[in-house]
Amino acid sequence: MKKFFTSKMKKSNWLVYAGVILAFVVFQVMSGTGALSSTMEGQLVPVCAYVVMALSLNLTVGVLGELSLGHAGFMSIGAFTGAVTAAALEGAIPNSGLRLLVAMIMGALLAAVAGVLVGVPVLRLRGDYLAIVTLAFGEIIKSIITNLYIGMDSTGLHCSFLNLNFTMQDGKMLLNGPMGVTGIEKISTFLSGFLLIMVTLVIIFNLVNSRSGRAIMALRDNRIAAESVGINVTKYKLMGFVISASLAGAAGTLFALSQNTIMANKFDFNTSILVLVFVVLGGLGRMWGSIIAAATLTVLPELLREFSDYRMLVYAIVLILIMLATNNPTLKGWFARIFKRKGAEKE
Amino acid sequence: MLSFLNHLINGISLGSIYAIIALGYTMVYGIAKMLNFAHGDIIMVGAYVCFFAVSSFQLHPVVGLLLAIIVCTVLGTLIEKLAYKPLRQATSLAVLITAIGVSYFLQNAAQLLWTSNPKLFPDIFNGAAIKLFDGELIITVSTLVTIAACIVIMILLTAFIDKSKTGKAMRACSEDKGAAQLMGINVNRTISITFAIGSALAAVAGVLLCTTYPSLVPTTGSMPGIKAFTAAVFGGIGSVPGALLGGILLGIIEIMAGAYISTSLSNAIVFAVLILVLLIKPTGLLGKQIREKV
Amino acid sequence: MNYPFQKTKMVPVPSHSIIPERDLGKTPILECQHLGVDFGGLHAVNDLNLAIGRTEIAGLIGPNGAGKTTVFNLLTKVYQPTRGTILLDSVDTAGKTTMQINRMGIARTFQNIRLFSNMSVEDNVKVGLHNQERYSAAAGILRLPKYWKKEKAIHERAMELLSIFDMQDMANWKAGSLPYGAQRRLEIVRALATNPSLLLLDEPAAGMNPSETAELMKNIVKIRDLFQIAILLIEHDMNLVMNICEGICVLNFGEVIAKGTAEEIQGNPAVIEAYLGKKKEG
Repeated sequence: MKKFFTSKMKKSNWLVYAGVILAFVVFQVMSGTGALSSTMEGQLVPVCAYVVMALSLNLTVGVLGELSLGHAGFMSIGAFTGAVTAAALEGAIPNSGLRLLVAMIMGALLAAVAGVLVGVPVLRLRGDYLAIVTLAFGEIIKSIITNLYIGMDSTGLHCSFLNLNFTMQDGKMLLNGPMGVTGIEKISTFLSGFLLIMVTLVIIFNLVNSRSGRAIMALRDNRIAAESVGINVTKYKLMGFVISASLAGAAGTLFALSQNTIMANKFDFNTSILVLVFVVLGGLGRMWGSIIAAATLTVLPELLREFSDYRMLVYAIVLILIMLATNNPTLKGWFARIFKRKGAEKE
Repeated sequence: MLSFLNHLINGISLGSIYAIIALGYTMVYGIAKMLNFAHGDIIMVGAYVCFFAVSSFQLHPVVGLLLAIIVCTVLGTLIEKLAYKPLRQATSLAVLITAIGVSYFLQNAAQLLWTSNPKLFPDIFNGAAIKLFDGELIITVSTLVTIAACIVIMILLTAFIDKSKTGKAMRACSEDKGAAQLMGINVNRTISITFAIGSALAAVAGVLLCTTYPSLVPTTGSMPGIKAFTAAVFGGIGSVPGALLGGILLGIIEIMAGAYISTSLSNAIVFAVLILVLLIKPTGLLGKQIREKV
Repeated sequence: MNYPFQKTKMVPVPSHSIIPERDLGKTPILECQHLGVDFGGLHAVNDLNLAIGRTEIAGLIGPNGAGKTTVFNLLTKVYQPTRGTILLDSVDTAGKTTMQINRMGIARTFQNIRLFSNMSVEDNVKVGLHNQERYSAAAGILRLPKYWKKEKAIHERAMELLSIFDMQDMANWKAGSLPYGAQRRLEIVRALATNPSLLLLDEPAAGMNPSETAELMKNIVKIRDLFQIAILLIEHDMNLVMNICEGICVLNFGEVIAKGTAEEIQGNPAVIEAYLGKKKEG
């Protein structure tokens, strides 16, 4: 009878919080005692960023029920806004933690604005059409950022599009077209990554268990019925989409400020797909699943280093096999039987 | 004026390639309701097969093309059997992710087998071209062949779908799989045939693509694949004439945007036009509007 | 079967309809005037005139494909009417959306059940209460005091509504896994949660066995008495219709062929012809 019940959800939310805190403490201690390899150490912040990305996409795909193939676009906006903001404020805000926070808020805000701009027209479309438009949007963002030049000198900010057509006496380039942002001061820390994950979880869990969240999920389950009980389709679809976009923006800032250099190409269609893979493997609407999938699959290619050339091939095969094993009725039953036998033996 | 004509012809040529790829997307989508993201990578495999046949084994380009078609058809059918068929009952998202897995697999296998160093695709037509208006207007043979191939394929495919028994079965399956099955149509076989045809078309597209853009790498197919998919949606996914129209228009827009606005923004403009079209006509140019039953 | 349902005298009103005598002093809750919709060239509904009293239980019957559900879709603006007006409590509903119609006081159920099947039974009702107890998304995310206060009220109201059909114990079940009859009942509860003045029930007894149907009949009357609202129902179960509906409207091919009380409808030759076909002369 267990599967019939959806209650006790709140209890599992607390378990997710506890799990994330525990993981943070363990890795912090390992990092402090030097038990982590340097590559793993360097992966800590990106893993946090991808976890937030997966959580935020899960809000769109799992909770709102719309397929987005351009989520990296929002990450990109957050990354470049954050990197430019952090660089521009280097003198104004000496405290790196505070600067990171401001950069992150700016990144999230701009991504939210983009979310509104895209969402208002696009959320009227259904299913695969919405997916293709999000894909198109992601590519457009990439092209725009590739052609954007921003510089700052003593006279203020300079901006140009397509060609670099301003000259500066002193100062520096903040965003240099296809070269992206270089020489980023790495102010993202594992602690800030952890805090962002926690904030993301609080936002998503609290939203889902509130009036607005119920309206969003009602739209996912049956749009016509939701309208018939007086739910404003545009408002709640947009709400879900924009919250998701702004979280992706914050994740982008976190990620950008942990890298030396970022380029627009880094946030292309493949990144969107990568995050979607995390979400689907972790389970739609299952936040802990997204966290585990994102963390494991971001680290996995590093762990597969010894296979060197074969690692991405192995990754692809593992991905296909997991999808087959979890979605094919015959294989599913087969696995269920194996686990049942194991369980029986234990007893 | 002549340069405009030049761009237009180039646009139609590129659009023809997109249209041929889009046909594969649209047929598979129409019948299996899945986005076959590995389609673009089958193009790449086709191009590599033809490349090795022509440059390493010194075979005639036509033989190379036939080899590419055979290999891609077998590959497409195999992928369908191994990866997609077990998921017939699964959600479309699960199939989508599997298709992405297949796409990764093909790209990385190609990288292992053939390295990521670009291969220069041989110039099959030796740069032959028709020069008009004192060389102001140049139409290469490859352009002509591409456009001709697209027209021939469209005619053959339309006839096949309209007239043949298998074509009728395909249309029936795309309308209602359950009803088709009850009428004695082998749905699984029909889907496999659709994949085979789509993959054969991908091989042709791959060879044509590389005669125009000769640099061949393991990711050659992904961007044209995405754009062709866009073209299919643009024209109305599931519709064969829609794929042709969408492909050609997309090709023209891309070349024109590159020529008159900015090369680095041409992709962005293509996608922006797509978004505009979908906002005005949410099911694409030739897509059917379906009234939701309440 | 005899039910102790009070049946009042039906009296005519200007728009060629009848409403119960007790509702006479007040404006009808619903008035359709020359309502019609075309799909392509087909008149799916044509020249429908209908008035429903404020506490009336009315029936909309007719053979399959007569356009009954289309009438519901017109009333709730799932389809926009081609012709005619719909007055809800004397207010014209032209240009309104489905969502606005609900806020104006029409709630409905669906012929093919449309629950939020991945959500719990309780949450389904809570979605119905969406516009009754309101607080902002920010209050929800930040868990402000208003959230706790309103959520408590929402929970209590949801349980109260579920108790109409004795479904409190199922509150934590997943809606999609409920037995069929319970799903139909949950749809009614969800519709009631939106605090309607007119409740539209699309084949509420479909797929129910006779004892469930008898229970449902009692409950429909109970809902009317408890909430003092009007109910318009589409139903093929003639026993249910003839027993609880006060005014009955019969549709065939999108046109009204008869209107009246149960007794009048049962004896109407046009109705008999529509259901059973024309008797051969000679």
